[in-house]
Amino acid sequence: MTASHSLATEDLTLGYGDRAVIENLDLELAAGRITVIVGANACGKSTLLRSMSRLLAPRSGRVVLDGKEVHRTPAKQLACTLGLLPQSPVSPEGITVLDLVGRGRHPHQRAFSRWTARDDLAVAAALEATRTADLADRAVDELSGGQRQRVWIAMALAQQTDLLLLDEPTTFLDISHQVEVLDLLTDLNRDRGTTIVMVLHDLNLAARYADRLIALASGGLHAAGTPEEVMTEDTVRALYGMESQVIEDPLSGKPLVLPIGRHHSRPPSTGTQAPWTPTAPLPSGTVR
Amino acid sequence: MSAPAVTGSSTLRTVTRGRVRRSRRRRLILLTLLLLVVAAFVTSLMAGHTFYPARDVLRVITGEEVPGASFTVGRLRLPRAVLALTAGLSFGMAGVTFQTMLRNPLASPDVIGISSGASAAAAIAIVTLSLGETSVSALAIAAALGVALLVYTLAFRDGVAGTRLILIGIGISALLDSVTSYVLSQAAEWDLQEAMRWLTGSLNGTTWDQTVPTVLAVLVLGPVLLSQARNLTALQLGDDTASALGVRVERTRIVVIVAAVALIAFATAAAGPIAFVAFLSGPIAARLTGTGGSLLIPSALVGSLLVLAADFTGQYAFDTRYPVGVVTGVLGAPYLVYLIVRTNRAGGSL
Repeated sequence: MTASHSLATEDLTLGYGDRAVIENLDLELAAGRITVIVGANACGKSTLLRSMSRLLAPRSGRVVLDGKEVHRTPAKQLACTLGLLPQSPVSPEGITVLDLVGRGRHPHQRAFSRWTARDDLAVAAALEATRTADLADRAVDELSGGQRQRVWIAMALAQQTDLLLLDEPTTFLDISHQVEVLDLLTDLNRDRGTTIVMVLHDLNLAARYADRLIALASGGLHAAGTPEEVMTEDTVRALYGMESQVIEDPLSGKPLVLPIGRHHSRPPSTGTQAPWTPTAPLPSGTVR
Repeated sequence: MSAPAVTGSSTLRTVTRGRVRRSRRRRLILLTLLLLVVAAFVTSLMAGHTFYPARDVLRVITGEEVPGASFTVGRLRLPRAVLALTAGLSFGMAGVTFQTMLRNPLASPDVIGISSGASAAAAIAIVTLSLGETSVSALAIAAALGVALLVYTLAFRDGVAGTRLILIGIGISALLDSVTSYVLSQAAEWDLQEAMRWLTGSLNGTTWDQTVPTVLAVLVLGPVLLSQARNLTALQLGDDTASALGVRVERTRIVVIVAAVALIAFATAAAGPIAFVAFLSGPIAARLTGTGGSLLIPSALVGSLLVLAADFTGQYAFDTRYPVGVVTGVLGAPYLVYLIVRTNRAGGSL
């Protein structure tokens, strides 16, 4: 029911100051799908997301949305197609859920124009989709972390964009709220065809919820494709410098990453050379 | 454009009802504030050591010659009341602009040195250089913009962090206040009234020559700020969110800073840095109307009301006549202390 938009990067190089974070990246983001970007800290995940939403100008190369260069598209026009939920948005003290979600209507309004029934409809739809309607009159400050994140997503939904980028939408949430937020985003993708691109830290949730995974190593792309293609022991080693075992998630059939640390692992049954030597057990407090 | 999902009518009703209730409440508060401002304005024209009935005041305003009233009301009280109105409006609007943009109630122009810059420049222009009104305003604006730029530059390190900007601003402010004190102490025609004007702000001896530039400034710069009201409310959500909502953050910031600084400078060149009006108006307006909509207009009204009421109180409530800045200072200082104490516990934004 939504027009599909193509978002791609062409020979994109990004950086801050003298430091290049991402170099010569060519990437195509699947329309109407959920794409998850994973990678170690400071590998440029957020940087890439910021650049795709016009917040950071490329050093060279371009970000292209529907054939047009994102950084040359007027800000408001872009904001009607592509929304971004940053990692730590700020809410003004005492603002109510209804008012905050209403701010998402900004790109659809002119400087002195009045609020319309269309705006009401968009806000109501966003509240319902995120099941935050019963919070409408509450102050955002008073909400729990999970509720607050749902409200922020509602604000992004009120913007009514066909593409939604989210920078670590599950950070600071406990596991049940993480799943709740990811389920919500999946609903949006399935019910409305919204293209979703997000950065996630948790590899297993990433593998479970993504249609496509993008693995970023420092400097650029390591692998892109389906979770089964991308989430391998090699990828985990390349991204995080860590050994792991990847098995099939009995619940979803998707890859499940089991990290291998220096402790609490049985010697591998396959009999291959183990990269660690079992030593006398240390107090568990020393596990990093 | 994606069509909104089929919406249960109850949610839509909640949203519509909530919005209508909020805007009705907001309109009611704005109307009340407006009436209070008008009442304070009219009172300051009618009441004083001699009382003139509303009829006489009206006749003076429409240009008729009324013995006694024409001088007292037309020459003394009217320019003073108009300046109270415009200066309060300028301080209130510019103050809340800064507080909103920098997401911190402490980041008001009278705390971070911008008013002090305008004041020091005006003091030098009038006391030392004996310049006329236009040059005084021009110099005050140049100095205020200069200070804004200086504070911004000094605070800039991968973006402007609120606390650093505020601390630097407070330092610059203290520096500039000492410049003002020095200029005043060097003045040959040492005049306490004049000194009070540049130190705390005063409306004593206001003439039309001082008032007219502030009226023009409000008429030109007020609409400029209002045109940015929506962008400002989006900026409250953080620069990234605002950008994602289609706000051109840097452009908005420049337009808003120049307009707000100029408003402050015009008002300060005429009335001095009336203490804490810029700082107090926004938070009071936020308390009254809630944080939902733009605070520009409510803050402007609160600012005008504060200055009119404080000036009237300062003139007639005590045995001695106090300049308006002394009265607003008494109101503002405790709030400043309260905010600093609270900010140290938990970072708050407006």
